[in-house]
Amino acid sequence: MAMLLDEVQRTRKGGKREKMGKLARTEARWGYAFIGLWLVGFVVFYLIPMIASFIFSLYDFQLASPEPARFVGLANWRRLLFEDPLVWSALGVTFKFALISLPIGMISAFFLAVLLNSEHLFGKSVFRTLFYAPVMVPAVAGVLIWSGVLNPTTGWLNRLIEALTGFDAAGPSGIRWMDDPWLVYLAYTMIGLWGIGNAILYNMAALQGVPTELYEAATIDGAGWWQKLWRISFPMVSPVIFYNLVLGVIGLLQFFITPYVLTGGSGYPEGSTYFYMIHFFKQAFGFLNMGYGSALAWFMFLIAVAITLLLFGTARRWVYYAAESR
Amino acid sequence: MATVAPASREDRSREGLSKRQRTLIVRTLLTSLALVILLLYLMPLGYSVLTSLKTEEQTADINAPILPASAETFEYEGETYDVYEVPLEGGVRNLALFDKGRTSSTFIDPADPEAGEITWEGRWRTLTPAYGLALEWSNYPEAFGFIRFMRLLGFTVMYASITTVAATFSAAIVAYGFARFRFPFKGVLFIILISTIILPPQVTLVPTYAFFFRIGWIGTWLPLIVPQFFSNAYNVFLLRQYFMTIPTSIEEAARIDGAGPIRIFTSIILPQAVPALIAVALFHFFFAWNDFFGPLIYLAGSADLLPIAVGLFRFNGLYSSEPQLIQAASILTMIIPLTIFFFAQRFFMQGVVLTGDK
Repeated sequence: MAMLLDEVQRTRKGGKREKMGKLARTEARWGYAFIGLWLVGFVVFYLIPMIASFIFSLYDFQLASPEPARFVGLANWRRLLFEDPLVWSALGVTFKFALISLPIGMISAFFLAVLLNSEHLFGKSVFRTLFYAPVMVPAVAGVLIWSGVLNPTTGWLNRLIEALTGFDAAGPSGIRWMDDPWLVYLAYTMIGLWGIGNAILYNMAALQGVPTELYEAATIDGAGWWQKLWRISFPMVSPVIFYNLVLGVIGLLQFFITPYVLTGGSGYPEGSTYFYMIHFFKQAFGFLNMGYGSALAWFMFLIAVAITLLLFGTARRWVYYAAESR
Repeated sequence: MATVAPASREDRSREGLSKRQRTLIVRTLLTSLALVILLLYLMPLGYSVLTSLKTEEQTADINAPILPASAETFEYEGETYDVYEVPLEGGVRNLALFDKGRTSSTFIDPADPEAGEITWEGRWRTLTPAYGLALEWSNYPEAFGFIRFMRLLGFTVMYASITTVAATFSAAIVAYGFARFRFPFKGVLFIILISTIILPPQVTLVPTYAFFFRIGWIGTWLPLIVPQFFSNAYNVFLLRQYFMTIPTSIEEAARIDGAGPIRIFTSIILPQAVPALIAVALFHFFFAWNDFFGPLIYLAGSADLLPIAVGLFRFNGLYSSEPQLIQAASILTMIIPLTIFFFAQRFFMQGVVLTGDK
């Protein structure tokens, strides 16, 4: 993320307008010719749909009905904010899950990166490949595999817990991962752990960028393993952790495949898996309610922007940017 | 290479061992730890492979062994007898139950049937049946046929390959424009480009869907393929980063020799950017292979056109009571991406790092 902003600033400076001579005009023309493809795509697939989406949200627009769309003002927004209790419960579900799943995923990615980066590890490249491999498993296949592993009686997880602790996890009163409104978040988090490969690689790349002298100096000063990890590795990697956090939050707002494959969007158990995206999907593409669907999408977009700004606001307190002190 | 050395504290406290021995111990412990975590992490794959080779009866039987197995039987003089694990004085032996009795039964030894009947005191119903390894390979052809795998595969490969070529080249063209030319509003446009990476796609989805609906493209692959020809911000960003690292000297020489921008792009930039192009192509290929939401909404009414990801989801809805088939089908869908990954992993993992913060 830091790099992104750096880039933006650099480009801004580079693009500073000068008096355009003939040569510069030719260059600009070529530049537009090359980026033209994207420019057209941006206008057709981003700019117009985004504006249209907001306009749709002011209409009662049923795609399946032959009647033309009818202007209803803020009725869709009123319904969304005040009259549709599913919106708020779905948002609550999404944030509850994010609060459980994001820390677990990000901490796992960080520690696995530390482990896979250690000079003391034999067969490093084999480990890296194998830890990354589950990212390649198609999401639906991954969910189906995990749902078998988490099966209360025949799944391996409960059998393993039983073998290790002696607790009758696979028995009739055992652990029912998918039937408990809280355990199901842990279950989904485990499924999500198969997708942390990219985060591990980002963390590893950042760890490799930490100057070795810092560790050497710390060792001389008598710092232990944990101190070095917490006082050197973590701050130096924090921009990457921040980047993973922003992407993670935005990704979770769109969390869909796991609950949809496992419950078909029913929200079972007790509505605890009725995520925001499921609600959006049902309204927009189940009922083909384009007006209300657009309002839901725009609301989600506003929330994403708000969270991103909020995270950038907190970043100053805990994200370390080497560039700033330079 | 920066590392957090776990050995540091011990360095001062243990004097009995040489430094080399201590390092060896640390390395062994650390590698074992990594191995344990890896086994836990990949355990679901093991579950899936083994389940896909079991019979339906075994997947439903809680007492069945973990490995794919079937209850052993023994044929003797034209009759079939079940084999049980019988605790005898010399230890547990696998014997065929010959004559069932309430409190004592007679068995014969399958390995040596001529030795005669062996009597065992106790209820035979309390005995565990003996299992032998039995791999049910037929689950694979069965799942293959049920989900009409070749058809799903055909559409998936079509979608993935067309859009991979389209997405990679369109992104390369746009990236070159951003990397090498100066033009008004370049900075602003680049910021817009980058912000579309984080934009939740849902906010543009509804009007796009309504538009494709009106022009009759719902139920075809066109809404999924056509937009890929207009480059994707993430790919543009990655390729631009790479193009910026290519020295401009060759280009300048070529320009003096009279080469135009298109020629410079195709014969100087593209050949030098092959690793990055491969990385982008791989990313896109896997994205397309896994794409679920797009096909789910755009191909909703057309069961005959589905790609693998949605086909597998439908299959799960129909055969959820047969886990062995579900697992076999899941493995079928992941074979191609995993194989490509293992052969191309260097390009792939370097590409991932390129996009991250470095």
